[in-house]
Order: sequence, then structure tokens, then C-alpha cells
Amino acid sequence: MTEPSLSVSRQVEAPSSALTDHRPEPVPDTGPADTGPADAGPAPQRPLSAQRVIPLRHPGRWMATVVVLVLVAQFVHGLVSNPFYQWGRFQYWFLRPVILNGLVITLEVTALSAVIGLVGGVVLALARLSRSPILRAVSWTYVWLFRSVPLIVVLLILYNASALYKTLSLGVPFGPGFVHFNESSLATDLVVATLGLSLNEAAYASEVVRAGILSVDQGQHEAAASLGLPRGYQFTRIVLPQALRAIVPSYVNQLIGLIKGTSLVFYVSLLDLFGEVQNMGSTYPSDIVPLLLVATVWYVILTSVVSVAQFYVERYYSRGALRTVPPTPLQKLRTAVRGLRGRLEVIRTVNG
Amino acid sequence: MSATATPAPTDAVPTGEPGQVRPAGVEIHGAYKSYGTNRVLNGIDLTVQPGQIAVILGPSGSGKSTLLRAVNHLERLDLGHVSVSGELIGVRRQGDRLKELSERAILAQRARIGFVFQGFNLFPHLSVVDNIAAAPVATGRRSKAEARELALSLLERVGLADKADAYPRQLSGGQQQRVAIARALALEPGLILFDEPTSALDPELVGEVLAVIKDLATSGTTLIVVTHEIGFAREVADLVVFMDGGRIVEQGPPSEVLDNPQHPRTREFLSKVL
Repeated sequence: MTEPSLSVSRQVEAPSSALTDHRPEPVPDTGPADTGPADAGPAPQRPLSAQRVIPLRHPGRWMATVVVLVLVAQFVHGLVSNPFYQWGRFQYWFLRPVILNGLVITLEVTALSAVIGLVGGVVLALARLSRSPILRAVSWTYVWLFRSVPLIVVLLILYNASALYKTLSLGVPFGPGFVHFNESSLATDLVVATLGLSLNEAAYASEVVRAGILSVDQGQHEAAASLGLPRGYQFTRIVLPQALRAIVPSYVNQLIGLIKGTSLVFYVSLLDLFGEVQNMGSTYPSDIVPLLLVATVWYVILTSVVSVAQFYVERYYSRGALRTVPPTPLQKLRTAVRGLRGRLEVIRTVNG
Repeated sequence: MSATATPAPTDAVPTGEPGQVRPAGVEIHGAYKSYGTNRVLNGIDLTVQPGQIAVILGPSGSGKSTLLRAVNHLERLDLGHVSVSGELIGVRRQGDRLKELSERAILAQRARIGFVFQGFNLFPHLSVVDNIAAAPVATGRRSKAEARELALSLLERVGLADKADAYPRQLSGGQQQRVAIARALALEPGLILFDEPTSALDPELVGEVLAVIKDLATSGTTLIVVTHEIGFAREVADLVVFMDGGRIVEQGPPSEVLDNPQHPRTREFLSKVL
């Protein structure tokens, strides 16, 4: 009967030291047990209430982890050692000015369409939620139309629109125009691409924004109204900040789709990141794989930056919604280091 | 203030200094309201004198909350009208007709009437002090610094001076409701409406909220309280109103309505609640 009680006392003395668990039985066990009482350690026999519970072990989980790690290692090894990927050529292309120029175009188109699309989305969502049936119907129809038509079709129609509408005029609706634009001078490739993406983006963004606004409790609207807060203040300071908590994750999803969607602007002869890769690929056919990898890595970098930004934006808007905001990676690291230091201290004191 | 055609001068416009607000009287005339075929208010006439504490009792669905919400135009009446301090709420008289006011004018009226909800409805993304300071700042009555000072003094009054920078979800229900009362007080209202302020609270927390309301009752502000707390009604009410089926069945001082009810429906209700 001494053996089980000894093994339990081991757990108490060095709770976080995995080493002691696997030590051969007799020698180290008697060591701490003997010196224990001398440095005010716990006596070998402790009441049950003072024992720390030994957590359940999960051997299946560990085996699955090993299998997955082996598979991942194999994949990475193949990635590095397979000559098919031509990492040397990848290195050659990765920071070439021609690729970076494409990257700038991608960033420009993305940023412009994201902003215009979001503003358009907010307007469409507000129209959809308004009391006017006309505004509601127009908003609904817009969303219905642009969600139905593939983005590539929208882009190609706009690209060819200069043939449909020769000039654009500002003036009285159906009446005389005051300012005339020649569309071929107005509709540069960048404008066409941005316009197409923004129109498409606004349709999706409006649903995201609308869902966010609907997620705000009716009591919040009532409280804001009962305090006599002005209309604009109610929306910008009370409803929108709470809606954004629901909007941000979906909108980032949307934004990542947009970043990758910009690769379609190649078809309206705008040379973005993908366009340049495609271009170079047809000039240097042997480099097509490393060029595609260059595009892949750049798109991964862009979406990663967005994902990191998402974490902090979400954290900002969770103030008040959660009792405690989630820790940043830096804070997690600090806690982990502190925890490790604490464990080391425990081991140090146990080992004298 | 706005284009109200009421002849009586309004007195609820708050002056710069707190504590100078005059209590507001409330008059409700011929109030009818239906949701579809369900008639929730069936001809209500009620007068609450300035400075009175009125407690509205009645079973669920008797129209108490709807009546209270009509007082600051959160509900639009089908027929009848409400006036506070002699000023029509939500409508203006044009000849012999009533026209609904613009949203801006209605918001301005509401900014002089406090409203405390059953579910608190604090703004979860704002700290306690910002919840209270929001209305005085947004309506342009006070600078940010003044509003913060006002908020802190109101927090002291409801016994939560140490919670100024907490967020609502970090507080207990009773504390949240006391913040909500402080938020209503920040309007410096002549009238405060309470819609079952303790119904969402644990029995233990009811006392702390009622204590704050009792404290307000001594300050001279007109209060209308919808509640199920009969003891509270007996202790502080000047006027007890018993409603059932969208009508006022009986009203009078607590000594009459609570201790010597005339109507069988009132007696039946009180026998179940007490």
C-alpha cells in the first residue's frame, strides 16, 4: 500500500515536472520523499483533499499528432528537394521590379475597391433597412443583380462599355447636360477594373453590413432613442460600433476574396501581380512554375497581413462585449514565459 | 424650442445648473392603441401631478408598459394624446388636428424625460461613465469635461463611484440598473419613467435598485413606475394605478387601492401578488 501513496506524493512535490514521472521507480522516489519533510515539503501521506488531480492522459491524441507531423515533414521536404519548383528561379523573380509593379497595381485596385465597396455597401444596407419601400426595392435589386452576375462578366461588360456609351454627361436627369466626358479618356484600365470590383464588392458588403446592423439588440435602438440622442449619433456611436463586432470577421473574409479577385483584372488588360506573372510566364515558359509560386507567396503575404490586422480590429471592438479581451500574441508569449519561469522555480526548489 | 402650437409655456428646458429642473406633470387623454386586432390600450385617462410618484400595477398584458412607452413616444398612440408639462408629446396641434412631430423634435422632447428599461439596455461598448455622459454631450448641453463631472457625481449618488471606468457587462444586474438610472438622471429630467426596473433582477439585488428609486422619490422629480413590487408601491407611491385589459380599473392613494380595493379585479390581483 506504500507504493500508490508514494507515487501520488511525487505528483504533489513536482507537479509540472514531467521528468519525475518517468524516472525509474525506487532511487529518485525515496530521495525527494526523504528530504521532503526536512525542507518543509509535504509529508508522504497527505489527506485526499490536498492532492492535485492527475489529468486524464490522451494517448490517441499524441499518436495522431505524430502521424500529422510526419506527413507535414514529408511535404515540406518534397517542397524543398523537388527540382520541379526551381527555387533558384523563384528567388530570381520574387523581387523583380516587374513583379513589384504588378503588386502595386494589385494593392491599388484592392484598396480602392475595398473602400468604395464598403461605403457603397453601407449605403445599400441603410437603404435596405430604411422605411421607404422604393429605397428597399432598389437596394434589393442591386444586390440581387450583382450577386447573380459573375465578376468576370461585369468586368468585360464595363471594358466594352465605352462602345455602348460614347460620352458621359453631368446635368439635369433626362435634360440637358452641362459637363461632357469622352468615355475613352475617362475609362482607363484602372478605372474599369476598380469600378467593376467595387460594384461587385458593394453588393456583398451590403449584406455583411446589414447582418451586422440587424445583430444589434432592439433595446439598444430604444435606449438611444429614449435618451434623445441625435439620429446620426445613434448610428455612428451606438449601433455601428456594436454592429462592427459582427461585421469585421465577415468583411475580412470578403476582403480576402477581393484581394484574390483582383487577379481577374488581367482580363481587362490591367497588369496586376497575376497579370505580370502570366505575362512573364508566356515570355519565359520554363519559369512558369516558379512564377506561379511567386504569385502564391505574395498573395499569402497579403492575406496574412489582413488576417493579423483582423485580430487587432476584432479585439478593439470586443471591448465591453467580453468581460476580458483576448490576449495579443505578445501577451500570450509573456504569460507563457512567466509560467515557464514559475515551473523552473518549482523544479529548482524541489531539487534543492 | 420647436414648432409646438401648445399655448402653455414649457418649463422642462433644463438650465445650466443641475437640481434646478422643475418636476413635470403628465396628462394622458383618451389613449387607444392596438397591435393588429389586439387592443392593448382601451381608452386611458390619467393625470399625474408634478412631483407625484405614480405606481402602475396590473397583470401581464394589461398595457402598463405600452402606456409608459407612449409617454415618451416610443409607442405611437392610435388615438388620444399625452402631454408632459403641458407640452404635447410626439405631436403638435394644427387647428383641430394632431400632426406627428419631426424625428428631431421628438428626440428633443425625449431628452427631457428619463426612461429606465427592464433590461437596462446600457451600451455595452461604452464604459459606465461614457454611458452616462453620452446624452448630455450628444445633445450639446454640456462639454465633455462637464458631462464627465456630472456622470461621476451621479455615480456617487447611486453608490457606484468606484465603477466609473468599468464596462456594463462587468457589473451585476443591480449595478447595471443603477447605472441606467444615473444615465436617465444625466438628462436632468423633470419626469422619469421606470418600466419594471427590478423584474430582471435576482431577489437579492432588487433592494439596492428600489433604494435608489426611493431616494429619487424624495428629490421632487415626478416618477411613474411600472412594477410588481407592492411593498414599494405602499411605501413611496402617492398614486397607485391598477390596470387590466387596457383600461384603468382603479386609481387612488395606496391606502385606498392597496388596502381597501373597491373593484373585484383589483382584489383578485392583489390576493395573488401579496
